[in-house]
Amino acid sequence: MSAAVAAERTGLFQALARVREVGLFAVLAALALATAAINPRFLGAQGVKDILEDVAVTALLCVGETIVLLMRQVDLSISSILGLTAYATGALFIAHPAMPIPLVMAIGAVGGAALGALNGGLVAWGGVPSLVATLGTLYVFRGADFAWVKGAQINATSLPGHFLGLATAGVGPVPFLALIVVGLIALSGYALRHYPAGREYFALGSNEEAARLAGIDVRRRLLLGFICCGAIAGFAGVLFTARFGTVDATAGTGLELHVIAACVVGGVAITGGVGSVEGAAIGALLLATISNALVSLRVPAFWEQTIEGAMLLAAISLDLVIARHTLALMRSGRRHG
Amino acid sequence: MTDGTPILATVGVSKSFGGAVALRDVSLALHGGEAHALLGENGAGKSTLVRILAGVIEPDSGHILLNGRKQIFRNPAEARDAGVAVIYQEPTLFPDLSIAENVLIGRQPRRSWGRIDHRRSTAMVAALFAGLGVALDPARLVRGLSIAGQQLVEIAKALSYEARVLIMDEPTAALTGEETARLFAVVRRLLNQGVAILFITHRLEEAFAECQRLTVLRDGALVDSGPIAGYTPSQVVRLMVGRVLETLYPPRRGERGAPALTVRGLSAAGVYAGIDFDLHQGEIVALAGLVGAGRSEVLRGIFGIDQREGGTVHAFGREIPPGDPRAAMRMGLALVPEDRRQQGLVLDLSIIRNATLAVLRQLRRGPFSSPAKERAITAEWASRLKLKFRRLSDAVATLSGGNQQKVVLSKWLATAPRILLIDEPTRGIDVGAKAELHHLIAGLARQELAVLMVSSELPEVLGMADRILVMREGRIVGEMGGALASEESVMALATGQEGALGPARDPA
Repeated sequence: MSAAVAAERTGLFQALARVREVGLFAVLAALALATAAINPRFLGAQGVKDILEDVAVTALLCVGETIVLLMRQVDLSISSILGLTAYATGALFIAHPAMPIPLVMAIGAVGGAALGALNGGLVAWGGVPSLVATLGTLYVFRGADFAWVKGAQINATSLPGHFLGLATAGVGPVPFLALIVVGLIALSGYALRHYPAGREYFALGSNEEAARLAGIDVRRRLLLGFICCGAIAGFAGVLFTARFGTVDATAGTGLELHVIAACVVGGVAITGGVGSVEGAAIGALLLATISNALVSLRVPAFWEQTIEGAMLLAAISLDLVIARHTLALMRSGRRHG
Repeated sequence: MTDGTPILATVGVSKSFGGAVALRDVSLALHGGEAHALLGENGAGKSTLVRILAGVIEPDSGHILLNGRKQIFRNPAEARDAGVAVIYQEPTLFPDLSIAENVLIGRQPRRSWGRIDHRRSTAMVAALFAGLGVALDPARLVRGLSIAGQQLVEIAKALSYEARVLIMDEPTAALTGEETARLFAVVRRLLNQGVAILFITHRLEEAFAECQRLTVLRDGALVDSGPIAGYTPSQVVRLMVGRVLETLYPPRRGERGAPALTVRGLSAAGVYAGIDFDLHQGEIVALAGLVGAGRSEVLRGIFGIDQREGGTVHAFGREIPPGDPRAAMRMGLALVPEDRRQQGLVLDLSIIRNATLAVLRQLRRGPFSSPAKERAITAEWASRLKLKFRRLSDAVATLSGGNQQKVVLSKWLATAPRILLIDEPTRGIDVGAKAELHHLIAGLARQELAVLMVSSELPEVLGMADRILVMREGRIVGEMGGALASEESVMALATGQEGALGPARDPA
């Protein structure tokens, strides 16, 4: 029976997909070691700390974006949500310097969730394609940010020291910021794998019609996915302020495409149903390492975007090759029954 | 077994889509331990009935009885929770999830903290597969499984929630003999456990071998129902076809001209093989067969939309290069595709834009298009095809199905083809427009156009074609003169049975 034969062959395909994450790690390690060979300070405590500080916020945004991408949707508005909550964080601390940090974090997440709910509502109930809906809210949220901030700027000097300590202090070379993000990645990765709700994101992106027939409430799931993504972006805004100290109305502009690129490099399929938050985070780490390596090697900064683009194309090409390979297997399996 | 309350029954169920009646006052009862065959032609309403029973759509009138109690399933989950499992023609699975997850989605066993117990789900599905005698690893992804494998996953799914009613919509269409035998072994075991089964098939001998009762639908209405022992296969075929061939069709001409298209040994791996035939000027040849027999693929292979892997195609003695539709167009071929909304038209564009899409190059004046010429050529075809429209600048989406099809036709006829490949020329078009299109095509053939037509509607095949080529599983299995063929003889060849057999399967 050919099903058994096909089982063996696509076992190979599944193995390939797993190798993807291992391969990313290998590229990452090779890059880090090669750069360190030329500039030993690259892997020194300060070097590692720099990379981790740089990647933390992006990697966190990748978690939310991965959830949305798994559903075969996209959220472009995350950078504007981040911009709003980043400024709100600064404004809160200026108004109430004694405010506890967890409360500020909660406010950021809840605010982001509310904005995410708007995205989700537009997509799930309004039937607006997410690309258009979130492109719209990308500009609307940013516009609201400008209207509110009006050219003002928050500086590190007006923020409490223990809040800025999230980014500057830590365990060894690992800042608290990175620890929080790693914890959230592990938590959400585990939830996506081990909870029915998590599996529904994969199911939805894998075959929406089948999801409907299986009794999954598709609209509710879409809404919740966008709310998660918004909440994470809102929370990331709080961390952004802790990391940079300086926030104005342009905070985070352009980050959304960088995040989507990191997700795709990390093996999240833009066509839905495939990927992991860990992979996306590794993708973000790889891109951040490359940009730091380029600085460390004194390569002109404009190469960074070219390389990021090339990585993206390589990742998508790899996905296409694997997809064609699988399709060929399915075809050959079909006729001989 | 017909005494007692049926597990699931429909009472006077009707359903219309837009103006078209899909189902008219159908009452059907499914009893435990009984396999019930649902038979009927393309578009007879079988799939609509299945979708109502499965809770995918709600009937306009009538209702469902579940264990004698009135019930309407508002969504598939309600039907599933009531114990109704459906195995669709095309499996509805999640390719990116594991087999175990596909089987148990929404009902996975849990361990502490509400987490999914992956180990126990794998074991549960492995046990189901063991019972079915299936060697599939529950932990592997569904992506890459053969159709047969996917169907086994669907069956395991139905078994896992102990379905009391199992509805199977042509489950054997894609299976080999051995796989079919295994499927029926499972079905018989379920029957012994008191499950009610509704079985839709176009293979009559399967229905007669496995079912105890049958129901025949025609044009959305129930024409007959009863214990299967009371019927003969040929009787059932007559009930399904049930109409006299209308004399709407234009008269045949008989004489044919010089060879126009010569196809030799055409093949594409896993789709069709060894396709040999000639098509003459002024001749209409029909490719008949079941959906999935490879008819449309042959048209696409000839025209060059799909790469062909072997064989040659000559038009008027010159070879058409493979995989090059532009070359085919230059050599006088035109292809009117099956799905006009998806492949034939840009619905939001105007009649003019659509009708001139294939001839833009010829109409160009220097680097610019020529609106006057575009309008002139569209107007000419609109009057020749008796197109009904308000303004030529109206969007094609505003036209009726028949008139949309005329726009597709004029788009290709504007290229002045000498060989017309046409796929399902009248699908979804009302009777009046159908007859008009038939006369139109026959008229074109009288003007020396060579026509190769794919159609799933047997009356159309018999009424239009000078010759009929019957395809089965990617091969031409028979040729008949249009005058000598009957619906029964074409169906018998298409399904590989002598005597009586059901017609083509419903489009999914």
